Amino acid sequence: MAARIVPAKRDPIRPAPANPIVISIDGDPVAGIEGQTIAGVVLASGRLAWRRTSVDGRPRGLFCGIGVCFDCIVTVNGERDVRACQRRAGDGDVVSSQHDELPEAAR
Amino acid sequence: MTAATPARGPGPVPTPAGAAAGARSVLVVGAGPAGLAAARAARERGASVVLLDASDATGGQYWRHLPDSRPSANERVLHHGWSTYRSLHEELERDPGCETVLGAQVWAIERADAPGTAAPVAVHVLVGPPDGSRRVGRTFRPDALVLAIGAHDRTLPFPGWDLPGVFTAGAAQAFAKGERVALGERVVVAGAGPFLLPVAASVAATGAKVLGVYEAGRVKGLVRGWLPKPWQLIGAAKKGGELAGYVGTHLRHRIPYVTGRAVIAAHGTDRVEAVTIASVDADWAPIPGTERRVETDSVCVSHGFTPRLELPIAAGCDLTADRFVRVDEGQQTSVPGVYAAGEITGIGGVDAALAEGEIAGHVASGGSARDTDLAEAIGARRTFTGFAARIEAAHGIRRGWTGWLEDDTIVCRCEEVPYGRLRETREATCGSGLRSMKLTTRAGLGICQGRVCGRTVEELLGGAASDPAASAPAASAPAASGPAASVTTDRRPIASPLRIGELAAGPDLTRSSTTSNVQKGHP
Ligand SMILES: Cc1cc2nc3c(=O)[nH]c(=O)nc-3n(C[C@H](O)[C@H](O)[C@H](O)COP(=O)(O)OP(=O)(O)OC[C@H]3O[C@@H](n4cnc5c(N)ncnc54)[C@H](O)[C@@H]3O)c2cc1C
Ligand code: FES
Repeated sequence: MAARIVPAKRDPIRPAPANPIVISIDGDPVAGIEGQTIAGVVLASGRLAWRRTSVDGRPRGLFCGIGVCFDCIVTVNGERDVRACQRRAGDGDVVSSQHDELPEAAR
Repeated sequence: MTAATPARGPGPVPTPAGAAAGARSVLVVGAGPAGLAAARAARERGASVVLLDASDATGGQYWRHLPDSRPSANERVLHHGWSTYRSLHEELERDPGCETVLGAQVWAIERADAPGTAAPVAVHVLVGPPDGSRRVGRTFRPDALVLAIGAHDRTLPFPGWDLPGVFTAGAAQAFAKGERVALGERVVVAGAGPFLLPVAASVAATGAKVLGVYEAGRVKGLVRGWLPKPWQLIGAAKKGGELAGYVGTHLRHRIPYVTGRAVIAAHGTDRVEAVTIASVDADWAPIPGTERRVETDSVCVSHGFTPRLELPIAAGCDLTADRFVRVDEGQQTSVPGVYAAGEITGIGGVDAALAEGEIAGHVASGGSARDTDLAEAIGARRTFTGFAARIEAAHGIRRGWTGWLEDDTIVCRCEEVPYGRLRETREATCGSGLRSMKLTTRAGLGICQGRVCGRTVEELLGGAASDPAASAPAASAPAASGPAASVTTDRRPIASPLRIGELAAGPDLTRSSTTSNVQKGHP
């Protein structure tokens, strides 16, 4: 009941073998392969949401998949607001999910 | 990816080594079908070409494929026209007269208003990893600019559409093609338009089960709805053939294609678990009593496309009444020296994009639309004239969709603005103008800059839902607040979020913009 990567052996497009990588997400190591986006790695690991919204604290993950909606933003190696669907995952990347409280005045 | 050399300040497009000195410089933004065809046509006329794309691969949305780190032996089974792509890509890659810069995000275009300036615009670009803080700035002042930046999905809100597991149809397509990731195991594809078919086919090709394709338009059979005049099918032969291919694939996978149906709600607490599908009338209003609940783990919904208009608007280009970039027979916009091709000029599919790109590149580099070498492209473009209008007639968004909204349905995903607040604001202020209503509700003012909800908010606040002309296609009937307001929604002087440090180092755009969309960030 989750996203998954198509097993290379059964894939009609016959992808070449890819280098394994490991990134960490909120401290948990997650395995992926070189060339996947951060969203791709996280989704294929079975996690569908990685952000909490500011107003209602609702979970969000991938929505548009092409860099338009900014639902998928994460912090990567200390850099905030990186679109996980656009940034390729690099081996050893430290990814943390974002939950931005609203500034006092806006509440 | 070409190593980026900082080239700030005035100056023409640096001439790629292989172009003749003094050659006309053409900057092409977007390396999808339209941009690739434009770059090649401009090179054929001897122009010095720079081709930019924000992505780290060429191909655009249509030919999205696995990255170079994981090439596939049989990529063509996922694409139509894969060999066309490969030859365009390879030809440009070996051509020293074309510099391809990938990972290049155009974030602003300035008009060269100064009299006597040769370059029509200045194009500001950041090169490097998406949203990275150490991207390198470049500015281009080409003799001619070709914009080929495409479109993105438009998805209408429905209760629960903000749950994880609800995606745009484009997301399903992008992840199936670009990463070989299936977004779920039991997938519902819904919305409107012919695009739902290739999406369902790609999802099925990941091995996931597509439970059905639910098309809101009440088209009786594809062909009739798509092409009210059957002979037009012959004209658009390629598109027809492709469609037949998709339908064939569907039959093999036994995917039901049901028309006059819409996903009117998604259910679940922290992720989608089920959807409600209902029959909708010709105006897309849900018909009570027809609701059916379907268990699913992935819902992919698109109701059409929105062209990316912020760069053409920043360049000063006029739009058409149905809000695409207006071009003449040589694909030139209303701004001399600025050309547009592909999905930003009308929804026509890959073959139209290729033809328009070729014409744009040819004319941008000094040729004429009447030249005999363009005859084939002009003919191909003619085949698709009216294609967008036919899609609109069969699949265009109808007013009745608002019938599936609840007061607590989120409309603006970024600022989490519910429909009820929009409705109340509109009633309380008697439609006091889109801008002030947006400021009151905060709808459309979030980090996506209204790309996802902008047109929807405009229609909801414009009172269009209660319009007597209810059966008119929503997209072609401007919101009550008029075209000026629509330009406001599509206008984004800073086309992509920047970090403060990047802005500080960049040109002064404060004349024409607010900087409220600048990202919080660490320079
Ligand atoms: C997610 C998605 C998937 C699609 N899949 C299909 C499909 O399978 N079949 C089909 O028939 N149609 C599909 N379409 C429709 C598709 O848009 C057209 O068929 C075709 O790709 C249009 O070609 P184009 O050259 O006009 O634009 P695109 O192919 O969209 O190319 C535009 C390019 O411009 C780049 N770009 C945009 N803005 C900037 C910027 N500011 N700076 C730098 N670069 C920029 C983008 O990265 C992109 O590569 C899809 C559309 C979307 C949104
Ligand atoms: S999912 Fe929309 S920007 Fe990443």
